[in-house]
Amino acid sequence: MPWFSAAAVQALVPCQRRYARALTGNREAAGDLTQDTLERARAKRELSQAENSLRVWLFTVMHGVFVNRLRRWRPTESLDALDFEGGEQRDAAASAEIASAGRDLRRVLASLPDEQRQVVPLLGLEQLSCSETAEVLGMPIGTVMSRQARGRERLRQLLDDETPTGRGCGG
Amino acid sequence: MEPVNEENPHGHADGALADAERAKVEAHLRAHPEDAAPVEAHRQRNDALHRAFDAVLGERHRLAVGAPAQPRWPRWRFAAALAATFVGAVLGALLHAAWSPDRGETGASVIAPQAAIAHAADLPEVRHPVDVAASDEQHLVAWLSKWLDSPDAGAVAYRRRLSLAWRPAAAARRRSWRCAGGPFHVRKRAGQAAVAARAARGERKGNGVPVLAAGATNVIDWIDGPPGYALAEQINREELEAVSLVVYWGLNRERSFLAAGRLLSRTSGLRRLWVHVKGADTYLPRP
Repeated sequence: MPWFSAAAVQALVPCQRRYARALTGNREAAGDLTQDTLERARAKRELSQAENSLRVWLFTVMHGVFVNRLRRWRPTESLDALDFEGGEQRDAAASAEIASAGRDLRRVLASLPDEQRQVVPLLGLEQLSCSETAEVLGMPIGTVMSRQARGRERLRQLLDDETPTGRGCGG
Repeated sequence: MEPVNEENPHGHADGALADAERAKVEAHLRAHPEDAAPVEAHRQRNDALHRAFDAVLGERHRLAVGAPAQPRWPRWRFAAALAATFVGAVLGALLHAAWSPDRGETGASVIAPQAAIAHAADLPEVRHPVDVAASDEQHLVAWLSKWLDSPDAGAVAYRRRLSLAWRPAAAARRRSWRCAGGPFHVRKRAGQAAVAARAARGERKGNGVPVLAAGATNVIDWIDGPPGYALAEQINREELEAVSLVVYWGLNRERSFLAAGRLLSRTSGLRRLWVHVKGADTYLPRP
């Protein structure tokens, strides 16, 4: 199973953590989710198909783990801060602005229904195609598209409500 | 708005389209500028998502290898360091030699061979356990050397009273892990016998004569601050690497042998995590 190597998986861990963070809303839960995904992926690695992208398959595994333990990882008000390191070129005000916008978006994303919160980051953040997202979530492409549309619209409404100037949002 | 792409209307903004498809969409947008605004809005939302979450990619977390004081590593260095961890043997040997209590006694002392010994010495047999008092050092060293088929290995195994063995069924008792110099606990498994050299206190049981298990033992070791870790098991290297990934992750996240042992057990059915405990007091499981 040469496509399933520790190095290959390790290289994908940051993206796994990013999606986990979008799903769960906080660092510890995202760590747990990523950890459990790695464990499950290792245990089930024979189920991965060589011709499929390991990345997509890992997202699929993560989705399974997440759904199985949805209650445990439901985002709560305890959304924690996500520090922006390496922003040394930015001035403080711009950094604060960006951090604030990031917090808003994370809070709003966490308030989306689960099925929409699963879809939106896969497409918009992890840049999976609709068909890959459908594969990850085990649903028809049409469902993915409609959930994404509803999730996006909800995001837009919520963000516009919170930020009347429409900061960071184009419509 | 006329759909830009039937199958993936937002694919262009999501950056998820193939080159040919993207070119087609861009041509459409040039011909129909009125369709560009929603696509641009979609793209801006994606940018906002990235601004909100991309910090996770470079986030320092407990997976960080080695120097915790390092302020921030670029991603490629981070990945390279993680990869290096699993290559680990060379770095491990060098660092380990710097602080190993066995330095000078076994030459280029490394964790890996000791772990292999401890592994061989720790295949438990519940039905025929043996115990030998720790005070019988000469007897034990001779005994271990014979079973391990090496005088050096026997002495090392004896010194490795500090080595720890993980057994899920006895999790509660393992909470007393300490460098207590307690009695050697010697066990034997049918056909695959071994010696358990560990620091579990107060366990004394019957008699048995272990022999080394057949089959190649693979070892992966790594240094992470003062403690060094090694996984040893009779499975192929690739599988052991995958296990080590999980254990390494768990150790660094939880800072706990118990947690790592739990992970190891849950993940692989392997039951032993051999741990070199030099300077590891802070890593011992919390009661």
